[in-house]
Amino acid sequence: MGAKATTESVWRGGVKPYNASYGKMMMWFFLLTDALTFSGFLGAYGFARFKYAEIWPVAENVFTHFPGIQGDQPLIYVALMTFILIMSSVTMVLAVHHGKNMDTKKVAWWMGFTVLGGVIFLGSQAWEWMHFIHGTAEGALQLADGSIAKVIAAGTEVMGQTYNFDVLRLGAEKFITDPTIIATLTANAEHIYGANMVANEYGLPQFANFFFFITGFHGFHVFTGVVLNLIVFINVLFGTYEKRGHYEMVEKVGLYWHFVDLVWVFVFTFFYLV
Amino acid sequence: MSHDNHGGTKKIWIVFWILLALTTVEVVLGIYKPVSYDILKWTFIILTLVKAYYIVAYFMHVKHETKSFAWTLALPTFILIPYLLFILLTEASDLI
Repeated sequence: MGAKATTESVWRGGVKPYNASYGKMMMWFFLLTDALTFSGFLGAYGFARFKYAEIWPVAENVFTHFPGIQGDQPLIYVALMTFILIMSSVTMVLAVHHGKNMDTKKVAWWMGFTVLGGVIFLGSQAWEWMHFIHGTAEGALQLADGSIAKVIAAGTEVMGQTYNFDVLRLGAEKFITDPTIIATLTANAEHIYGANMVANEYGLPQFANFFFFITGFHGFHVFTGVVLNLIVFINVLFGTYEKRGHYEMVEKVGLYWHFVDLVWVFVFTFFYLV
Repeated sequence: MSHDNHGGTKKIWIVFWILLALTTVEVVLGIYKPVSYDILKWTFIILTLVKAYYIVAYFMHVKHETKSFAWTLALPTFILIPYLLFILLTEASDLI
């Protein structure tokens, strides 16, 4: 074995670096760069969140809905979304496992479940976005300086007292109960509902911008993953990998799909918990 | 595919239960907030990193790759991401 022979076999692709196939390794390097992208987004979010710590909306006061249940259900819905994604990660890893044993039927079943889980997750996210964009029935006031004030109806107890006129709440617990100040503040105020790129009834518009951008970018990853999984699923049904002799394609889309789950674990923590 | 002998699907389901348990702990802590925010914040971050480890090591199979490949993936992650976060969170605070 001279140096020449080794070089030749490398150029012919005879040597697998790290004993991993080219496709798998490149998928990993792509995911590494994608991880850096998401780190940049979440880091920027963290910066804004702590810079405006006093007036940053608390996610559990924003996302409080659960389908079919009235009232405040903080975190439960997003916990369900997390569960769905973890579950579809499990079905994916089971598909990979049976692929290694060349069990076409089982791969098809588990790939099918994975696609289904992805679709359910996307639907859940759409529902969450819809609620965030539409906002609450009572909305909020956007004052002339851009800050958000919630109107507390007359007769509601505020800091141990009740008033016979509507009072204002700024941020989480700052109450304005002086009628003249209320009149000044509300003079040029605008009534807004829900959140979009320029206004957000729950607080700073930046919160909405980050929410749409980061969960949107993640959602786009999920969508891409569902499309890739679907293509592989159809190929499994057609017996493409059976003929090829190995199910490495399932493994490669599996890596991507687990990464999507991994990112969601971080989005869940930094958006909804911290 | 040489090293594909990892004893059935039992391990996969064990990892699933670990992930589910950790997520449940996070959600319960998030709803009831039994300790101060600072402790809670770091608890969430540590639990998240533990979850990330299980996903990468078992679901993404890094534990069964060669050592050198695992390090090739781990080193850029452990150097660049903390560096990026340091730049964003510490250095940028001068802008406030």
